[in-house]
Amino acid sequence: MEWANQLCENRQFGSKMTDSKYFTTTKKGEIFELKAELNSDKKEKKKEAVKKVIASMTVGKDVSALFPDVVNCMQTDNLELKKLVYLYLMNYAKSQPDMAIMAVNTFVKDCEDPNPLIRALAVRTMGCIRVDKITEYLCEPLRKCLKDEDPYVRKTAAVCVAKLHDINAQLVEDQGFLDTLKDLISDSNPMVVANAVAALSEIAESHPNSNLLDLNPQSINKLLTALNECTEWGQIFILDCLANYTPRDDRESQSICERVTPRLSHANSAVVLSAVKVLMKFMEMLPKDLDYYGTLLKKLAPPLVTLLSAEPELQYVALRNINLIVQKRPEILKHEMKVFFVKYNDPIYVKLEKLDIMIRLASQANIAQVLAELKEYATEVDVDFVRKAVRAIGRCAIKVEQSAERCVSTLLDLIQTKVNYVVQEAIVVIKDIFRKYPNKYESVIATLCENLDSLDEPEARAAMIWIVGEYAERIDNADELLESFLEGFHDESTQVQLQLLTAIVKLFLKKPTETQELVQQVLSLATQDSDNPDLRDRGYIYWRLLSTDPVAAKEVVLAEKPLISEETDLIEPTLLEELICHIGTLASVYHKPPSAFVEGSRGVMHKRLPARTGSGEGTECPDVGNAAGGSAPEAAPSIIPSQGDLLGDLLNLDLAPPTTTGPTPSTSGMQMGGMDLLGGGLDSLLGGDIGGSPAMGAGFGAAPTVMPASLNAPVGGGLGDLFDLGGGVGMPMGAYIPPKTVWLPAMKAKGLEISGTFARRAGVIQMELVLTNKAMSVMTDFAIQFNRNSFGLAPAGPLQVLTPLGPNQTIEVSLPLSTVGPVMKMDPLNNLQVAVKNNIDVFYFSCQYPISMLFVEDGKMERQVFLATWKDIPNDNESQFQIQDCHLNSEAASNKLQGSNIFTIAKRTVEGQDMLYMSIKLSNGIWVLAELKVQAGNPNYTISLKCRAPEVSQCVFQCYEAVLKN
Amino acid sequence: MQISRPRQPYSAVIVFLSLLISPLTLQVLICRNYKGDVDMAEIDHFLPLLMTQEEEGLTCPIMSHGNVHFLWIKHTNLYLVATTNKNSNASLVYAFLYKVVEVFTEYFTELEEESIQDNFVVVYELLDELMDFGFPQTTDSKILQEYITQEGTKLEVAKTKVPTTVTNAVSWRSEGIKYKKNEVFIDVIESINLLVNANGSVMSSDIVGTVKLKTMLSGMPELRLGLNDRALFALTGRDKGKTVTMEDVKFHQCVRLSRFESDRTISFIPPDGESELMSYRINTHVKPLIWIESVIEKFSHSRVEIMVKAKGQFKKQSVANNVEVRVPVPSDADSPKFKTSTGHAKYVPEKNLAVWTIKSFPGGKEFLMRASFGLPSVENDEMEGKPPITVNFEIPYFTVSGIQVRYMKIIEKSGYQALPWVRYITQSGDYQLRSNF
Repeated sequence: MEWANQLCENRQFGSKMTDSKYFTTTKKGEIFELKAELNSDKKEKKKEAVKKVIASMTVGKDVSALFPDVVNCMQTDNLELKKLVYLYLMNYAKSQPDMAIMAVNTFVKDCEDPNPLIRALAVRTMGCIRVDKITEYLCEPLRKCLKDEDPYVRKTAAVCVAKLHDINAQLVEDQGFLDTLKDLISDSNPMVVANAVAALSEIAESHPNSNLLDLNPQSINKLLTALNECTEWGQIFILDCLANYTPRDDRESQSICERVTPRLSHANSAVVLSAVKVLMKFMEMLPKDLDYYGTLLKKLAPPLVTLLSAEPELQYVALRNINLIVQKRPEILKHEMKVFFVKYNDPIYVKLEKLDIMIRLASQANIAQVLAELKEYATEVDVDFVRKAVRAIGRCAIKVEQSAERCVSTLLDLIQTKVNYVVQEAIVVIKDIFRKYPNKYESVIATLCENLDSLDEPEARAAMIWIVGEYAERIDNADELLESFLEGFHDESTQVQLQLLTAIVKLFLKKPTETQELVQQVLSLATQDSDNPDLRDRGYIYWRLLSTDPVAAKEVVLAEKPLISEETDLIEPTLLEELICHIGTLASVYHKPPSAFVEGSRGVMHKRLPARTGSGEGTECPDVGNAAGGSAPEAAPSIIPSQGDLLGDLLNLDLAPPTTTGPTPSTSGMQMGGMDLLGGGLDSLLGGDIGGSPAMGAGFGAAPTVMPASLNAPVGGGLGDLFDLGGGVGMPMGAYIPPKTVWLPAMKAKGLEISGTFARRAGVIQMELVLTNKAMSVMTDFAIQFNRNSFGLAPAGPLQVLTPLGPNQTIEVSLPLSTVGPVMKMDPLNNLQVAVKNNIDVFYFSCQYPISMLFVEDGKMERQVFLATWKDIPNDNESQFQIQDCHLNSEAASNKLQGSNIFTIAKRTVEGQDMLYMSIKLSNGIWVLAELKVQAGNPNYTISLKCRAPEVSQCVFQCYEAVLKN
Repeated sequence: MQISRPRQPYSAVIVFLSLLISPLTLQVLICRNYKGDVDMAEIDHFLPLLMTQEEEGLTCPIMSHGNVHFLWIKHTNLYLVATTNKNSNASLVYAFLYKVVEVFTEYFTELEEESIQDNFVVVYELLDELMDFGFPQTTDSKILQEYITQEGTKLEVAKTKVPTTVTNAVSWRSEGIKYKKNEVFIDVIESINLLVNANGSVMSSDIVGTVKLKTMLSGMPELRLGLNDRALFALTGRDKGKTVTMEDVKFHQCVRLSRFESDRTISFIPPDGESELMSYRINTHVKPLIWIESVIEKFSHSRVEIMVKAKGQFKKQSVANNVEVRVPVPSDADSPKFKTSTGHAKYVPEKNLAVWTIKSFPGGKEFLMRASFGLPSVENDEMEGKPPITVNFEIPYFTVSGIQVRYMKIIEKSGYQALPWVRYITQSGDYQLRSNF
């Protein structure tokens, strides 16, 4: 074919459409030739010429000069030719608005052609001619076509309304087309209904406040009926439109869900995803105890899994959406781990998404399989995939406590491969593991240190430095290691510099004698030679702290850190809700609200899931729906950015449960315009929480641009004024720890003496043991086991006695305990039977623990809840006790108790008598409510305890007594 | 009453890009701007984005430049790119792009640069019918072929009418179809997907079945397909031998989904000619039909020794045809030597594979293949992936799940007798066994 040849010929000249000018100037002769052919009398020749013109247009040549000649060909009974001319018009009308008017008459005429194909073609093309001048001529033909007898014309006209609205919204409204369009929703033909819905949805987008679609139970019913009959695409328009409806109550919601679920069996993935969107949204309104709710949950899993056999791009969209669904309703896919295993031939983007979902679904039940897979992936060749797999292993360790040990050993194996990026990634995640399980896996530090030289990525270097600083006392050459980093201090990235500064300060506080020079060096590097405000500020703070009050410095810098949370990369709940409403769209793929990437959509209301309207739960936020009935709302897990740097991690840690007492510094850190931190501000900053002081730096980092200029002054008196530390560093009072007592005398245990106590530190229960060998021979192979007990206490790890215990040697061991062991009620309640084994024998003893160590950090009840609960617990469950000889005032008492996680919720003073209302939550979820009466001048307190399990009252009272009197 | 705020725009521009010899000359082959809200010149940003991603080895089917988003798929040497600046329905866009490929392939047998050039008039016409203002319209190629024809001149007279099918509730079948002999052929094809770990444990295994029809029936026949579906039998309370639990079922447009949802009846008016009626997924754990044990020993700088044992773990009466065991070998391997107990093996260096072919593999039998390759003394220091061993096979007259067509009822108002023919095949799907290589 000739024009095709020409197409090829033109192709050789250039590649881009924008090169078109070049063509017109050089090939002027060609235009003339075409012009002559277009005006030929012979029909065939005309048609060939138009084809040539279109061919030129296709390859990007400017053939607009031929406009009048082409438009002249419009009057033809040849449909194919007409289509080509229309195509030409769509392309060039905008550049030749005056001449476009020439076409109007033909449009009007064609809209009345007896052939519906031509009528539709005319109305379809009309809307694509974006020339203001001619739109008004098109209103009459459009009105006729909207009422055309042929559904093919009506469905095309419906879309044309949306097109016209895009060009001239006012015109469309004035002409009443919107009402006609609304009427088409009741059209007898499903295709027409579908297009009308699509057009209205499109128009409504630019009119966020109009009541265009006017969805009500009647119109919804029409849509649901059309849903069964229209094409796959029409089904998507209707489903997407349904997703915007908010049913009146749970019954309507259920009936819509019932009519939408059959769509889950549609072969088109997009239909399935749109149906999933409707169901996920409307489900929100169904009461969870409804049978249908469970049925619906079960119905959602299989189609979601099947989406993974679709084309890779659709798989990708599905996976990004499944990621959201798993966060919103983890129960749907919790048994489907296997389908997310990565296949060798999956495209990289599918592999990475699958990994994300694997981590989310990892649980104790499937962790073995998951780890085996991850290890397999970590030996692949694709760098990004491998890195993510290594990271995933670390996430599993943090998420599934039982697997931590296996994860760590897997990571060590991977470090042995010496593949550089694997090693670095592994070190970064091991740092997180240390944060989650402190003092448990330090034995691996030696292996990590071997790889020090190969670390060239800032994140890995920072992680390694953090580890060295944190465990400086156990690394003999910690000073040498850190010093080696110091040499190139100024070449390091900021996160490494900050980390190095903190690590060296830690080291100094732990081993002050040998490292004085080092700490001075780093402080001067940070404060004097650096232009980085974050670094300088942190340097100054340490400097002041160290020079003012080394004890306080120690308490601040070496304070216990709160543990990091297990869930990672969670999307913030309100955003998650919004994204669920956008399932299947770009927003759900980007995990960003549409306002973040669509121009002009700011200010448009964000979509929200509907509130549950079922009985009982009222307007309660669905997220805490499961918290109803006495148990505490689960603290929202904090979010750790996946690729987040150390700084990010540490910032977030402030939010992580369990937090120790004291205000969280993150807020004060953010608003620090400078002056806030002085005086009182610093108290809150340094208050216990921040522990690994880097967070402090992060806090500063949040507002570097507003640092006061005076900070640029040299260190000296000025600084002293700035940082008025005078007694500022206030540590929260720690939890009560009873003195150590002898549990197992040496004579009963062949020379092994065990004494000890229990403590709760930063949310971890610890059994602190002192083992003394009073025999003549060396003792090795220590192990410990508990009998079943009232609160399910169990060792969270092995008893770490690493070196043999020689005669007359003593060793202190702290054993972290978990509360997930087997439960059996003991008498007394806090009795614990322990078996300790060594190379000689097995010994048994029993001890009693202070129940206060089971008081959890999130035991502060909301006032309202407290009141309701207090009323709710029968009076029979109340017990009263007297605490004698206590000389604290109510405030001091309250502070002291808070240190042991006994939280004062309210205080009332009645006739000189302070009434304190307190709440306590035990690790097994039992709440204890207390009322403490303190009368000024009277050393005897009265305490009333109310609890659903009254048997704990006695033990709780003992704790009150112990805490207040010590 | 809550006022709803729908905002679900669809895609805007469909662009075909072709990839010629050097990726630098990627150029627009044909494009159609459906909404006019995205400047056509934006496509110029597509190529640099794609190149950057490919260099980083991190391609992604969605890319963005400024506020324009590119959603693309690749078909042979063409990129099909949809652009949008709204929060479009991404799954719809991809489903539509694949539909475009399907329609064009049916029109031109092959969708490639040349076929688009040779037929660009029809391509424009089709693009016009397929989508309007970003809303997909008629995408059924059989119906499209009734009024958009390749031979423009030939059918001019017939083209004066819109086929009613376009807007019918039955949009997939035209009226007035006639056959002398009324027959329908049913193919039940089950593909086995399998993933086996290097230590021989099955990580995942499922069956994806499809029921394909070749309908040669006159008029507007009403069909009902009966399978030994456990859920159906549970509903009707009948128990007639072996039943099968289908985890998830997907149907062609023509099947009445609400009917299936309520009473598990598969009823439909079939499209004419070939179509895929339904697909299903079954999670039941089945014994891998062909089991592979492999020992791959690599002696650095000298050679690789491969030993593969294949075992047919299916009924003795059945025979697997065209069995192909594909074993990965290092990319720098040379001088292959093979020894097989049956079939023949060959080295495919361009894919780094040793392929062992067995034309006919009876159930219960076991065969062996040994191969050895030389390795260069200077080692390739590039890390190589660990591709799995894959197996292709086909076992006729048998479905691994045991699914059966119990009946196919055909009712047409003219009352003709029609014959259904059923055929069963089990074949390999994504059948991967990781090796220790």
